[in-house]
Amino acid sequence: MTEKTITLEITRYHPEQDAEPTFQSYDVPYREDWVVLDAINWIKDNVDGTLSYRWSCRMGVCGSCGMMVNGTPKLSCAAFLRDYYPEKIRVEPLANFPVERDLVIVLDDFMAKLESVKPWIVRKEGEEKPLSEGEYRQTPAELAKYKQFSMCINCMLCYAACPVMGLEPDFLGPAALALGMRYNKDSRDQGREERQEVIASHEAIWQCTFVGECSVVCPKDVDPAGAIQQAKVDSTLDWYKALLPWSKSQ
Amino acid sequence: MSRDPSVDEQLETSMGKSMRKPYTPKMPATWWLRRRAYFLFIVREVTSVFVAIYCVILLVGLCRLKEGGDAFESFLVSLRSPFSIGFHVVALLFAGYHSITWFNLTPKAMVIRIGEEKVPPLLIAGSNYVAWLVLSAALIWIVLKG
Repeated sequence: MTEKTITLEITRYHPEQDAEPTFQSYDVPYREDWVVLDAINWIKDNVDGTLSYRWSCRMGVCGSCGMMVNGTPKLSCAAFLRDYYPEKIRVEPLANFPVERDLVIVLDDFMAKLESVKPWIVRKEGEEKPLSEGEYRQTPAELAKYKQFSMCINCMLCYAACPVMGLEPDFLGPAALALGMRYNKDSRDQGREERQEVIASHEAIWQCTFVGECSVVCPKDVDPAGAIQQAKVDSTLDWYKALLPWSKSQ
Repeated sequence: MSRDPSVDEQLETSMGKSMRKPYTPKMPATWWLRRRAYFLFIVREVTSVFVAIYCVILLVGLCRLKEGGDAFESFLVSLRSPFSIGFHVVALLFAGYHSITWFNLTPKAMVIRIGEEKVPPLLIAGSNYVAWLVLSAALIWIVLKG
């Protein structure tokens, strides 16, 4: 009996010799329980060792293996071949990022954007508790306010799904803004004012036109679109509060 | 936002020259035809143009009313033209689409918590529909009464 196969069309880009990416087709053994990442690993091991891509945990935790699978951003470790078989599958690097090689994208800009929202607990000067006083305690209700936004694995699927990201590369993007909200909503944090300069800037929340696809593709239900809209509401309330006669900023 | 230059420096090879040549794909003008969700998003955005035109017509009507009975009467006549009726039908449909899509998105922007629990999204979106029905009913009552 001949073995069932499935065809993968994979983006290849060799910066040393190519002016732009091309596609290469591979026939891969079809297995019911294989995901796209398994198929790519099989190609790397058996057909073409030069194929470059990122991966690590194979269980939807590390966020390394994001790729465009038939035009949709997906973790390739969670995209089963059986959902596409017998049609061929087109695998491309995540959209809206520069391509380093094959399926590997350039992360530097993303990392800088993440860092720009100060993703750590900020305490006001003189309000840092000495270690001897123990931890900052939180109630379950306080935890619930930011927990969803803390589940992000930095897989960048949301950046690949966001058309604003493709049109305006300076946009801070869904994951970075959700991360900023994760800390703004944390009862232990006092850094919202510092973050506002970045989060409420033109390149951040106001660039978002609420397409909403970031939340659709998010494998961890972080809902970055929700985080951004809530940040817009908070920033708008700030603006109205500043108009009040007894406001400090008057 | 530009990349930290030290990153490039670290990636310089021992030959003193970076081998990197990242390829930046261009977003095609037809990007909104690529996915159904993008298309529906663009439709939502375009509907706002019709809502805006309708608002301008309403403002023109108010100006004509201020100018006197004759001016307002000729405004009403122009509203009865087939083109005007056609536009209003389309504008009504688009205003409906615009309102419904935004009402459905309100739970994302408005998160109300009672203790650890979120108020169900359906309740938040639903309250918009209830307000819509009540206001529309009030408006119909005022118009029919007049």
